[in-house]
Amino acid sequence: MSGGAPGHPDRAGLVIAVLLAAVSVVIFVSTRSMPATAQYARVGPTTFPYAIAAGFALLAIGTAVSAFRGGFPEREPERLAPILWIVGGLVAQILALKPLGFSIATGLLFALTARGFGRGPLWITIPIGVVFSLFVWILFARVLQLSLPAGPLERLVP
Amino acid sequence: MDTIGLLFHGLGLAMAPMNLLYALVGVTLGTAVGVLPGIGPALTVALLLPVTYRLDPTGSLIMFAGIYYGGMYGGSTTSILLNTPGESASIVTALEGNKMARKGRGGPALATAAIGSFVAGLIATLGLAFISPWMVKFALSLGPADYFALMVLAFVTVSAAFGDSALRGLTALFIGLALGLIGIDLQTGQARLSFGIPDLLDGIEVTTLAVALFAVGEALKVAATPPEGEEVVEPVKGSVWMTREDWARSWKPWLRGTAIGFPIGAMPAGGAEIGTFLSYSTEKALAKHPEEFGNGAIEGVAGPEAANNASAAGTLVPLLTLGLPTSATAAIMLAGFQQFGLQPGPLLFATNAPLVWSLIASLLVANFMLIVLNLPLVGLWVRLLAIPKPWLYAGILAFATLGCIGANPSPVELALLLAFGLLGYGLRRFGYPIAPVVVGLILGPLAEQQLRRALAISQGDPSILVHSPAAIILYLIAATALLLPLVLRLRGKGAVLKAMQADED
Repeated sequence: MSGGAPGHPDRAGLVIAVLLAAVSVVIFVSTRSMPATAQYARVGPTTFPYAIAAGFALLAIGTAVSAFRGGFPEREPERLAPILWIVGGLVAQILALKPLGFSIATGLLFALTARGFGRGPLWITIPIGVVFSLFVWILFARVLQLSLPAGPLERLVP
Repeated sequence: MDTIGLLFHGLGLAMAPMNLLYALVGVTLGTAVGVLPGIGPALTVALLLPVTYRLDPTGSLIMFAGIYYGGMYGGSTTSILLNTPGESASIVTALEGNKMARKGRGGPALATAAIGSFVAGLIATLGLAFISPWMVKFALSLGPADYFALMVLAFVTVSAAFGDSALRGLTALFIGLALGLIGIDLQTGQARLSFGIPDLLDGIEVTTLAVALFAVGEALKVAATPPEGEEVVEPVKGSVWMTREDWARSWKPWLRGTAIGFPIGAMPAGGAEIGTFLSYSTEKALAKHPEEFGNGAIEGVAGPEAANNASAAGTLVPLLTLGLPTSATAAIMLAGFQQFGLQPGPLLFATNAPLVWSLIASLLVANFMLIVLNLPLVGLWVRLLAIPKPWLYAGILAFATLGCIGANPSPVELALLLAFGLLGYGLRRFGYPIAPVVVGLILGPLAEQQLRRALAISQGDPSILVHSPAAIILYLIAATALLLPLVLRLRGKGAVLKAMQADED
């Protein structure tokens, strides 16, 4: 992918324009479905959302024009795999947080992120991440009194 | 009490042993995190916000002041020893500072940056103390319509005036404004754009958004970019002390940088990094050896570093006196205040004067601590720079999610973090600025409140918006800030504006 040459519309730019238009529609529809209240002032809770929806519509048009004119900066091709590793790490943390506690969940995030940056193997990095996260948990949950979900590992800490 | 009396009273509070400890922890953490490559002051402040959750408001804000100034110092160390383009807060410092480090003059470069930051921080914090009472008086004379005009001006300068495209700047701003709509409307209690998800009723947390955009987005971007050559950490060889000639060449740039940076930061008009660029070109024009610029001229480090710190202190003027954040860092600071139910602005000076003045005083204290701590500890900071990327970003993401979980341990909050992280990656990938999103989120609801208040007073007559001279002047400045860059871009001066884009702060 690169910033499209003049004459060839930048496809990513067009996708962004469509997304902006979609946001505009979502805000508009969601605001219109709000239950109407007896409104004394002419400017009520719906005015600002409508204005912002209109703004998004204009920005979508502007972005589409910009895509056709090649107005986006040049882009180098990028790798997808690291993104998937890191996103996978964040998802793993969300899923593991409640049942397994902070340290194991964050240890998974830690190891999968490191894997995204090319550091492995997971059977070494996951333990490193869990130990690291357990120290962080002790520091924040015990010393700084922040409430962080505890799991089987944290319950071992006296 | 007059300003000096209030300041001394604040100093008395800030010098209490416990508060000194908070300040010390703050500057140490701030420097340590700020030094890590890829972490600017905004992210430093956002990442360290959870550390302050459990403290009392005064202690927390004092630690916060330390984190803020420490983060600024740490950033300059990074750009001198590691040429990290993309960290916009101190791009200019990297220009000459990294060249000096490569010539083995890293020590004096760090010293002039640290001492320059100290001088600038000292003068600018005193400036903040003496200007604030005046600004408060001015602020109290403003009505809701004027405040709305002020916020429109801030929107324009943050999003459209700098950067290489007004369209992309405005798009980023509107994303922030749209996110600001989510939640319960403050005046009618109606839920807006919450799609039936209870977690969304409280609105989007500024810290969640900032951490996601800056930390997760940055991590994704760095991981996805194919590596191009190793980044070299320049070792600090020889003495960190400056020679007599270094001093002679540094002190004027420090003062000029301060004089340039502070007013630019203090104007309610975007905390962009113009100050550092102006200072750099001033020093280049005034230098006795202009040929040294580009090869490691010490003036090119001393001036911009001073300007950078002075403008950071300057940003606190609109933040504290008007409640107006003009940079991403200031937006997160505002969120820090709000976690204690404090709303910065003229009323805070009246209702909670001891807190405000001990905050200002602790900025002075933090400044002194940094100059004492930093140069001797340079070796330690250098070691932090050498952390390999996989561990660095794994750690950053662990702490980013920690803050999020500590504030609200719900899967929805973490899912938002992930979604905004992907948004942050997309924004970076396609050249959209980040700061307007954060500023839009926090300033949008405030602007809407002022607008509706103004229209309620006028019973719906929109002409109240342009009824006062102050509002008209503010709109004129905003229009200029929107149109002037357009003209400059059409005349092919866009590159200059692009260079002035401030991403992090």
